[in-house]
Amino acid sequence: MAEFSLPKNSKITKGKYVKAEGATNVRKLKVYRWDPDTGENPRTDTYEIDMDTCGPMVLDALNKVKNEIDTTLTYRRSCREGICGSCAMNIDGTNTLACTKSMKDCNDTVAIYPLPHMDVIKDLVPDLTHFYAQYASVQPWMQTDSVPLPDAERLQSIEDREKLDGLYECILCACCQTSCPSYWWNGDRYLGPAVLLQSYRFLADSRDEYTGERLEDLEDPFKVFRCHTIMNCTNTCPKDLNPGKAIAEIKKLIAERHAL
Amino acid sequence: MQYRTETKRVKGLGTAKHGFGHWWMQRLSAVLMIPLGVWFVVSLMTMESLSPDALMQWLHNPIPALLMALWTLTVVYHASLGLQVIIEDYVHGKAMALTLLTLIKFAMFAMVVATFFSLFKLVS
Repeated sequence: MAEFSLPKNSKITKGKYVKAEGATNVRKLKVYRWDPDTGENPRTDTYEIDMDTCGPMVLDALNKVKNEIDTTLTYRRSCREGICGSCAMNIDGTNTLACTKSMKDCNDTVAIYPLPHMDVIKDLVPDLTHFYAQYASVQPWMQTDSVPLPDAERLQSIEDREKLDGLYECILCACCQTSCPSYWWNGDRYLGPAVLLQSYRFLADSRDEYTGERLEDLEDPFKVFRCHTIMNCTNTCPKDLNPGKAIAEIKKLIAERHAL
Repeated sequence: MQYRTETKRVKGLGTAKHGFGHWWMQRLSAVLMIPLGVWFVVSLMTMESLSPDALMQWLHNPIPALLMALWTLTVVYHASLGLQVIIEDYVHGKAMALTLLTLIKFAMFAMVVATFFSLFKLVS
C-alpha cells in the first residue's frame, strides 16, 4: 500500500532554538534538518532572524543563517533571481523558490522543509536523480528526419512560436513535480507534471517531426494517465505556468491519434 | 544493493501503448450516467407507489426495463473502472494489486449477469 505515515527513523524531532541577541525586528525560521552521517532522526531547528540586517527574501534569511548563525545548514541555491530553480523547497506548506518568496508573504514563523516525498540527501537538499532521468527519457530536444537547407535555419511563424509561451519558461525546479499526490504514490512510473510539461513543449513545437513517436511512447496507464487533474502543479508553480493544461493537451493529442 | 542506473529504472518495461481506452471509457460512462441517473431518480419520484408490485409492473414495460439495464450496467462498469484506478494508485504490492484487480473484474461480471437475470426473471 501507499505509505501515509513516516517510518520511525524519519519522524521529526524538535531541534535547537537560536536567539538573535539585541535584535528588535525579529522573524523566525523553522528549518528541517537531517544529517545522514549522525544516524539521528530529522529535527526542526528554529532561528531568530534580525530583519534589520537581512534581505527581503526567504533565501536571504537562509543565507543569513548559513553565513552568521549555523554554517552546517545545507541547501541548494545559485542565481537568487528565480531562473536556475536550485532553491526550490517547501515554504509554509507550499513548494516554491526561496529566492522569489518574500518574507513579507510568509507566516511569522516561516516553516521550511525540503521538497515533499523525495529522498533527502541532507537538510533541504532532495535527491532529484530519478526526476532528471525521467526528464531525459522524454528526449527533450528537437528531433527531425528532414535535412535543413545548409544556408537557412528552420523557420517558425510568429503564431507557432507563441504556442511555446508558457512552456519554454519552465526552469525544472521540481516544485510542481513534488506537489503532485499522484507523483508521491507512483513517482517510479508516473512521469509527473514537470516532465510532461517539458514533453509537451516539444509536442507543441511546429519544427519537431517526432510528434507521433513521442505520443506513442507516452501512452501508458502510468506515464501520463496517473494524472487525475488534481492541479496542485498549477497552483504551486513559482513561474505561474500551467502543467495541468499541458497534460490535458497531451491527452487531447492522444485522443486525436485514436481518431476521436 | 541493486546496481541499476536511474535510466534503467525509469525506462522499466517500456510503454504499454494503451491507457487511453480506460481513461476515455471512464469519461464516456460518467457522461452517460447523467441522463440515466436523472431518468432513474425522476421515475422513482413520479411513481404513485413504490411497492414491489408497482415496481415489477413498471419494469414489465420494455423502455423502463431497457433503461434500467443500461443504468445498472453503466454504473457497474464505471465503478469497476474507478476502483481499478484507486488500486493502481494506492496498492503497491504486486500480488495484492493483482488479486484485487481480478476480484473487481469478477465482481463486475457477476453483477452484469445478476442484472440480466433479475430483469429476465421480472419480465418472464
